[in-house]
Amino acid sequence: MSAPIRVLYFAWLRERIGHAEEEVDDAPATVAALLDALRARSPAHAAALADASVIRCAVNQDFASAETRLSPGDEVALFPPVTGG
Amino acid sequence: MTRIRVGPEDFDVSAEMAALCGGRSDIGGIGCFVGTVRDTAAGRKIAAMTLEHYPAMTERALAAIAAEAEARWPLAGCTLIHRVGRLVPGERIVLVLAASSHRQAALEATGFLIDWLKTKAPFWKKEHFVGGEAAWVAAAAADDATAARWR
Repeated sequence: MSAPIRVLYFAWLRERIGHAEEEVDDAPATVAALLDALRARSPAHAAALADASVIRCAVNQDFASAETRLSPGDEVALFPPVTGG
Repeated sequence: MTRIRVGPEDFDVSAEMAALCGGRSDIGGIGCFVGTVRDTAAGRKIAAMTLEHYPAMTERALAAIAAEAEARWPLAGCTLIHRVGRLVPGERIVLVLAASSHRQAALEATGFLIDWLKTKAPFWKKEHFVGGEAAWVAAAAADDATAARWR
């Protein structure tokens, strides 16, 4: 079996989903497909991930988009728009 | 020279300036921005703020922003320090220093660095209001517009 996708959550996404990271087997083809797979996991996932327009992502620690393609073993971080500084 | 640090510790601005310049005498000016925790947000009193980040990505994102500044302006070096964890009003959050042989490059690069840091580095602020409520800070469209002027 291929390596799972490691998914990390930050800020209110982490709080609403209830944990900071999890794994997804059978790597979805893109970030958008990963979001669909995650939404099906629980009502909390579905609610937190409902509005993709308020979610940003990084794949292997680089900013990415919904169309970014995924490979087994990738690290995908999902988070709200950044607010540092 | 690029100096980047992320962590809960406070920083000393004059010590960081000395470290950036390292005894060099070819530097004509150092631009400096210090961000601090304000005690109000949208009219509500703030008791504290929590800064969260994505440790595996943060320093890399800051290094990319610093490299962009060094490509755009003739800098002798720059410093980016960002604190994380719980901070109370009045505490320092972020330090940006940019040193150059001329003031215009130092000042412009300092503005660029903080504008890009606010929109391109993986930090998130949570405000804890007096009275016990807390809320994640929403990204400001104005910050995106400010960062976009450097294109």
